[in-house]
Amino acid sequence: MSKLTSPQINQKNPVHIERNSGLNFDPSLFTHININRSAVERRAATLGKRRSVKKQHQAAWLLKAITFIDLTTLAGDDTPGKVKRLCQKAKNPVRKDILQALDVEDLNITTGAVCVYHNMITTAVESLKGSGIPVAAVSTGFPAGQTPLNIKISEIDASVAAGATEIDIVISREKVLTGDWQAIYDEVKAYRSACKEAHLKTILATGELATLTNVAKASWVCMMAGADFIKTSTGKEPVNATLEFSLVMVRAIREYFELTGYKIGYKPAGGIQTTKQAIEYMILMKEELGNDWLTPELFRFGASSLLGDIERQLEHHLTGSYSASYRHAMS
Amino acid sequence: MSIKEIFNTMDYGTAPENSSVAKAWLQNKNNSFDHYINGQWQSPSDNKYFPSKNPANNETLAQVADGNSTDVDAAVKAASKAQKAWYALGGHKRAKYLYALARQIQKHSRLFSVLETLDNGKPIRESRDIDIPLVARHFYHHAGWAQLMASELPNAEPLGVVGQIIPWNFPLLMLAWKVAPALAMGNTVVLKPAEFTSATAVLFAQVCDEIGLPKGVFNLILGDGKAGQAIVEHNDIAKIAFTGSTNVGRIIRKATAGTGKKISLELGGKSAFMVFEDADLDSVVEGVVDAIWFNQGQVCCAGSRLLVQESINDKFIAKLKARMDKLVVGDSLDKSIDMGAVVDQSQLNTIKKMVQLGLDEGASLYQCKTGTPENGCFYPPTLLTNVEPASTVVQQEIFGPVLVAMTFRTPKEAVQIANNSRYGLAASIWSENINLALDIAPQVKAGVVWINCTNMFDAAAGFGGYRESGFGREGGKEGLYEYVKESWQSQLSTKSLTKAPEKALIKNKASTKAASKQQIDCTAKLYIGGKQTRPDNGYSLPVFDFSGVQIAEVPDGSRKDVRNAVEAANKATGWTNTSGHNRAQVLYFIAENLTARQDEFCQRICQLTGKNAKDAEQEFSLAISRIFTWAAWCDKYDGQIHQVPTRAVSLAMKEAMGNIAIVAPEEAGFLGMISTIMPAIALGNRVIFVPSEQTSLLATDFYQVLNTSDLPAGVINIITGDRDSLTDTLAKHYDIEGFWYWGTSEGSKLVEFEAAPTMKRTWVNHGKYFDWYNNEQAQSELFLRNSVEIKNIWVPYGA
Repeated sequence: MSKLTSPQINQKNPVHIERNSGLNFDPSLFTHININRSAVERRAATLGKRRSVKKQHQAAWLLKAITFIDLTTLAGDDTPGKVKRLCQKAKNPVRKDILQALDVEDLNITTGAVCVYHNMITTAVESLKGSGIPVAAVSTGFPAGQTPLNIKISEIDASVAAGATEIDIVISREKVLTGDWQAIYDEVKAYRSACKEAHLKTILATGELATLTNVAKASWVCMMAGADFIKTSTGKEPVNATLEFSLVMVRAIREYFELTGYKIGYKPAGGIQTTKQAIEYMILMKEELGNDWLTPELFRFGASSLLGDIERQLEHHLTGSYSASYRHAMS
Repeated sequence: MSIKEIFNTMDYGTAPENSSVAKAWLQNKNNSFDHYINGQWQSPSDNKYFPSKNPANNETLAQVADGNSTDVDAAVKAASKAQKAWYALGGHKRAKYLYALARQIQKHSRLFSVLETLDNGKPIRESRDIDIPLVARHFYHHAGWAQLMASELPNAEPLGVVGQIIPWNFPLLMLAWKVAPALAMGNTVVLKPAEFTSATAVLFAQVCDEIGLPKGVFNLILGDGKAGQAIVEHNDIAKIAFTGSTNVGRIIRKATAGTGKKISLELGGKSAFMVFEDADLDSVVEGVVDAIWFNQGQVCCAGSRLLVQESINDKFIAKLKARMDKLVVGDSLDKSIDMGAVVDQSQLNTIKKMVQLGLDEGASLYQCKTGTPENGCFYPPTLLTNVEPASTVVQQEIFGPVLVAMTFRTPKEAVQIANNSRYGLAASIWSENINLALDIAPQVKAGVVWINCTNMFDAAAGFGGYRESGFGREGGKEGLYEYVKESWQSQLSTKSLTKAPEKALIKNKASTKAASKQQIDCTAKLYIGGKQTRPDNGYSLPVFDFSGVQIAEVPDGSRKDVRNAVEAANKATGWTNTSGHNRAQVLYFIAENLTARQDEFCQRICQLTGKNAKDAEQEFSLAISRIFTWAAWCDKYDGQIHQVPTRAVSLAMKEAMGNIAIVAPEEAGFLGMISTIMPAIALGNRVIFVPSEQTSLLATDFYQVLNTSDLPAGVINIITGDRDSLTDTLAKHYDIEGFWYWGTSEGSKLVEFEAAPTMKRTWVNHGKYFDWYNNEQAQSELFLRNSVEIKNIWVPYGA
């Protein structure tokens, strides 16, 4: 099994992660999986209640949360102007006076990445030049993925050529629902190959997979096929990231790590809008996978409005007064 | 630590709950707790107090009134005085008070939670998210039962004054479980919390005061065991409800024996947590956390015996140990912990001693790596492996965060190990195979079974044990029966309605009248395991007709015969497991075959009792009708699906008790025999029956009918002989689950007293006579209720 070395995603605080080279397709690793939904729900419900992060700790955690954000715009009306604004925000996610007051200026906090459609890659790469912030592109017929495989692969090729260093693909939900795991494996493996040095995030679209058991199995197949990250959602499904999906996926990551030694990243996306939610997800990562995963190389939020809530909360931490959104720069 | 440092370490830090409101409340009480009697705060008559501490830091919280028998007497007087008016208010008005209690508890929920945590040491997360919400839920639910009492329990009336003694592990929740149903059903209460944890009970009394609960309806006595003893022994208390240790439960069983006090006991446990190879193991690990590291393991129904299928044991134990390393033990008020302090230094010492004993017997120890705070009563989450059913730590309740783990090979073996315990409170079954899970659940001897979950509680679902985990249920409709009696029960007379024989004929061995030769040739035997057997001791006793002429002899059954009968009954499990439909057919067939021999039985009734033919026929006909009644019930005494507020099916399943000893009403002859045996076997029990001495021959005639009625061997076993000595032997037998006794008040006392070692479910008449011709009494639902244990099975679902 050849093990590739990953490029440094975050140049300011590099963490060396040995890149997942995948496994041969082996159904025996996942066919036995049977997830108990009620039990998962109970664990998810208490995760955020067994741990609490307050005061100084909360401020530090929220700053960390910013570094996990894939600051995202995925809309039909995206324009270069909009994307430039987003990139500026990614580089300067928090008002300078707040950073000064928190005494964290030298942490050089930025978001984890900027995430756009293919057509906006060039603008984003240009805007982020020198910042070390990677550009992620959604791909493979995002969000539904109902396009021919060759076109999907060409799309990846084009995005990588345009400078995206992270590719967020969608898997074929139809193949999950019909139980054709081999086909999922084959397509994801092909995507990984097309990605070359770019990192592959596989979006399961968990809200369309019907059961938690399917979510777990799809997680396994994607990791086997060489995914660097597994990601919940496009943000376009009726149900996006939840703690329940996350619990199932990070447990799969844990078992895959125990089996292979590879650390796979995790990205919940869609619907994560509040600091409370962000902290719950971080608690989940810390409890289920440990501190190793609390790094942008292995954990991202796919979120657009979360940052604004974090900024308000940071200002509240300093002043004791609840903040207003217009006091913070928009993206 | 600076933000920058935390940014790198990503530690949680601490998140202490603010306790200032609770502290202010304590100060407002001058850090001193008094009794609440007849709507007044009252200091103890001898003015003695003892300190109560916060176990997380050993600081004294308050001085607690050290109640004595004078205080208890005052409380009982107040409760007695208030009871009639309280019941007379009617269901709706009582419902309004219970609703007000629920609302008021919700309004002050955080104060209750913080106080509970300060007093008990449990994590604030648990008191805030589990204990107190369940308390409010309990009062809401029972407000509803108060409202519905008249329509849903039409024959019920309150017991009177109820004495309630509760433990320290869930102080306010156990108060709610006791107080809510008692008040709903029109009783008044004298409650004593555990001496370690009085605070929330005092706040509850304050709430009762605030809502204007009538004086004397709820009375609070603080103190230790001596106040508890005074409650147990008080003559004007109609019922004792107790939650606590099995040892104290036994003391209460003995102390109340023969007094006519109704009791319900919720005692210890060593509950099995069974993990099958197809379970969702990561979810099971969290289940274990909830099972044994909830409330520091100080939970009577804690899943403390882990049974893992051998094929997945290594994998599972590795996952469990990894999870343990993440558990945090810390200050109970910290919102970032998993486990707080155990309740008291004495409990901590017990836990340490038990673990050391386990290690001395060869167990291997694993404890979480996160450590425990230095001050206060803390003990880390602990796993003991290399233990076997023969290990002391596997057999005895530790009542701390200590899990013992074993393996099993097959589902059958899992059940065997699970049931290899004197306790029978709860069990947890983990499998994604519904066929397997629903096969195991009925086989486990436990009052509560959680499938793919654990420690789920709700006011709508019954909770309570099998075996030495006690008896009676709390919650659900089944829990209400602990606080009512049927109205006819209070009217039973101590005088027999039927004319009793003037002499105990069978004992009159010196009778001068000679037996006729023809009758002696009639050979009556014992009926054990479907066979006619001679008595082990080789003695017979004479039987006389109503006029005193010896007409036959019956075996003088004794200890060994009882032993054999119980063993035969143990083998007749097929009867218990067969369908009600099949049992009904056998009962109908018995009625049919009896009817074919009606003349013979009627003549025998006349011969033994002196009844005229018409009366004998009436008795016989009623007996046949009664068989039909119980045959009818065989497949109709349905369980329930309780309405719990989670996505789960909560099944209240009625299961046969097992072996029931029945000592028949001496005065009631044939009708008494039929009326008592039939309901017991109708619901799947096996019976060891001691007939009326005077009419023994009817019982020995009866087995001939049984022999031809397809009744499996061992279902009914008949032992003739001396009632009192047979009662004594049966009462002391450890392998009998239930005991129904109709006889003297002394006999009733003996049966209740001797039930203590194994917590037999007893139903005795305290020397009062049933009217066996009155269907309201002799066909009462009490026969059904005393024939079954209710097992609550929780089955959460979700695709």
